[in-house]
Parts: sequence; C-alpha cells; structure tokens
Amino acid sequence: MIDVLSLGGAYALMALGLVIVYGILRLVNFAYGELIMVAGYSMYLVSGSGLPWLVMAAIAVLMAILAGIATDYVAFRPVRAKSVTAVLITSFAFSTLLQNAALLFISPRPRNVPLPKIFSETVQFAGVITPARNLITIAAAVLLLALFSWLMRRSVLGIAMRAAATNFTMARMLGVPANLIISSAFAISGLLAGVVSMLWIGRIGAVVPGIGLEPLLIAFIATVIGGMRSLQGAVLGGFLLAFMDTTLNFTLPQDLLKFRDAFTFSLVILILLWRPQGLIKGPASGERT
Amino acid sequence: MLEIEGLQVAYGAIRAVRDVSLTLAEGELVTLLGANGAGKSSTLMCVAGALPAAAGSIRLERAEVTSARPEVMARRGVATVPETRDVFSDLTVDENLQLGAYTRRNDSQGVAKDRGRMFEMFPVLAERSDQPAGTLSGGEQQMLVIARAMMSRPRILLLDEPSLGLAPTIVDQIFEMIATLKASGLTILLVEQNASKALAVADRAYVMRLGQIAAEGTAAEIAAATDLKALYLAG
Repeated sequence: MIDVLSLGGAYALMALGLVIVYGILRLVNFAYGELIMVAGYSMYLVSGSGLPWLVMAAIAVLMAILAGIATDYVAFRPVRAKSVTAVLITSFAFSTLLQNAALLFISPRPRNVPLPKIFSETVQFAGVITPARNLITIAAAVLLLALFSWLMRRSVLGIAMRAAATNFTMARMLGVPANLIISSAFAISGLLAGVVSMLWIGRIGAVVPGIGLEPLLIAFIATVIGGMRSLQGAVLGGFLLAFMDTTLNFTLPQDLLKFRDAFTFSLVILILLWRPQGLIKGPASGERT
Repeated sequence: MLEIEGLQVAYGAIRAVRDVSLTLAEGELVTLLGANGAGKSSTLMCVAGALPAAAGSIRLERAEVTSARPEVMARRGVATVPETRDVFSDLTVDENLQLGAYTRRNDSQGVAKDRGRMFEMFPVLAERSDQPAGTLSGGEQQMLVIARAMMSRPRILLLDEPSLGLAPTIVDQIFEMIATLKASGLTILLVEQNASKALAVADRAYVMRLGQIAAEGTAAEIAAATDLKALYLAG
C-alpha cells in the first residue's frame, strides 16, 4: 500500500510536469525527461562540494527549472507559431542534444549521485516496514500537489494559466501576457521534474544520460490514461499506473514477471479503448496557441 | 479615438477585409452592420490584436497600434467581447471576473469594488458566482463576458454580435445593458447582424459588404436607408 502511494506520488508528479506544458501549449515536451537528467547530473557535479544534501538538491532542482525555461527558448519559442511538427522535432532534438552533452562532457557510464542516509533507512509505519524514502516520497508528493493545487486555484498566475489552457487568445485579450504564462509553465514543469529526479534517483542511486526516458514514458502514459488536458487526470493517471504496476508485481507468476510492462501496457490499451479521451475530461478543446 | 484606414485582413488567400476605413470618437457608439461573411468580425478582431492586418493602419488615440499584440491592446484599455463569447468554462464566474481585471490586479480594492458593481448590474452572476462558467445559459454567458470586459475599466469596448443565438427577451436585456454602458460615457464599437437593435442604440453606423464599407452615416440615416435590405442580401 505504501509502495503504491509512494510510487503513485512520484508518477503523479511526473505526469503533472508534462501536462502543465501540454495543457497550455497543446504540445508534448519531449525534452521533459532530460530535465530529470539535468537535475541528476547537477547533483553529481556538486557532490564534491561538501554542502548539505538539501542545499545540493535545491541547486539540482534550480538547474532543472532553468533547463525547463531554456527548453522553451531553444526548442519551442522559435517554431511555436510555425508548425506543430516542427515543435515535435525541435523538442526531440533538444532532448538528444542534452543527452549527448551529458554523454560527452560527463560520461556515458552511470555516475553515482549522493543520497541522504535517511533514504536507505527503513522505518516501521502502520505496522509495515518500509524504506524511509517511500514515506519521504509520499510527503513530497502530497506537499507539491497541495502547493500546485493552491497555485492553480488561488493565485492570479494559476487562474491565468488555467484560462490560457482553455483559450489562449481570449486570455491574451484580457491582458494576460502570453510569454510569461508559457515560461511559468516550463518553470513549474522544471520544478516538478527536479523534485521527481531527487526521488527517482533515490531509488537507483546513479544517473545515466538516458535516465529521463522511463519517467517521460511514465508521465506520457499516465497523462494519456488520465486525460491529456486535465491536471487532476494526470495525478489520477499517475496513481492508477503505479497501482497497476505494483499489483502486477505482486500478482504475476514468477516467469511472467519480466513481461510486466507488457501487461501494464495491455491494461492501458484497454482503458483507452473504453475511454479514448482519458478518464477525466479536460477543458473544452481550444485552438492551438 | 479610434481611426482605421485602409484595413486589409486576409486568411491565407481569402481577403476577408479588403479596404475598411472608419472612425470612432470618444463616447460614441458606432455599429458595424452587414451580412454574414461581410468581414465585420475580422475587422473587430484585427483591432483587438487577435488577427494580423495585411495592410492599412489602426490608430488608437493617435498611437499606431496596427500590429499590436492582444495583451498590449488590453493594456491600452481595449476590452474585447468576441462573437464566440469565450467564457473560460472551467473557471467559476468569479474567477472569470477576476481575470477580467488582470490588467488591474494590483488594485485589489478597486477590483473588489468593481466586482460588487458588476454583481449589482448583473444579479444573475452574483447568484452563480461559484459555478463553472460553462454551466451558464447563453444569455448569462453573454452577460458574464460583458461584465468581464468591464472589469478592466476599458476606454473602448469591442462587442462582436452580442445578440447571437439568444432569445429575443434576452437580446432586449443585453441591449438595455449596452445602452446603459453607453450612457455612462463608454466608447463602443458594436458589430451586429441585428441591424434594428443596433441602430436603436448607435450614434453612427457603417454597413459592410464583401469586405468593404458600402454605406455610412448616422444611425437615423442608415435606419432610413431603403436599400439596407439590398445591401445585406445582395452580398
């Protein structure tokens, strides 16, 4: 149960980071996984500095935020108005660029990332023994989701972003600055990616250039089953996916375990056959910005 | 206050607006009439900054704003109510109004006061203030978008076919609202297909046909023009 909540929390954050850009721009940021990678490598690069772990993690998250904003300027802004296909290609290209930069300038081999000792300690909680890391993930996810929810509902920026996601042109006609909204979306995406990175790498302990691929895939699938235009859908999709993964982990017979992903994807296909638009309907589909 | 000269708006190869020139003085209500497809909405949306001008110029209080972005026009005091209404359907009525005051978001007292005024002017919005805007009826949504536009205390209001798709009694209410706004001194550019209603509130009118101005004059002159039907239907 704690496993599901912890994994679900991580998946939900991943999905949210992707959806926040998609909701406003109707474009998938294929370089999203690389934001996680950037945070991981930043962590590796500052690991020798002797700073307390939280400070290093904060730096890593900041780097992810900056990388998110950079993705907007490099891959999206120049081609946004021109063509949808162009944006897909540029974000994909940026993703490859970042991965190869890590590969060339750091190393293709996994690099160890410092983790706070508390991550690997186990605690007893509600009668179950579980790594402290899981509880921290749940706490972080709850905190971020609550923060995010507050931002979207109560702050002017959040309301403006939700409006922009529904009808970008109308929002602009009310004076909402398009560029600020988009940069904010990328920054928040980077923030979520950064935090997810710390939690995700906490499971593995090391970072490789391709580390972003799996979270990107997870985020994408969670978003698709949850409803691509809905923030709540992304969170729901994340938890649902985690639930499916964990349940399959427990229930599949030993020799089928390596096909777990195939089972997960089959379930995803079934969900999409039943509800192609995802489980939660997003705002009415508007024009692409 | 608003001067449009030789405006051209194109959708690819289709020239929706071929050569439009009109003026709007402060405090005036000018209506732009014409049949479907005459180019009225395109003209309005171009002024709002939502459509690019292919040629011509738009001047607002003597400043050149032809290629200004929508955000810039909003900051200059232009409030737009598009034909499609465009309420933000997932946001509540209250949130819609709050967003209408985006350009004044630092003046929270003023915004709160205006919110109160809007609720007085449109009591049905007060009743539904916490409902998602998408659950409102057509007439209520029209009131919402007009109220939302007023929240920015605009200098000029661009209204695109407010009567579209509404029942006659609601249309009457909306036009009463528009008359009240005009009486308060607001400058309004009104695009309408419902010529009689529009001419009843307007000072002056332009009639568009196939992307050009086919007739112009005071509201009385245009209302009396016998070839109005011809202008509409022959287009």
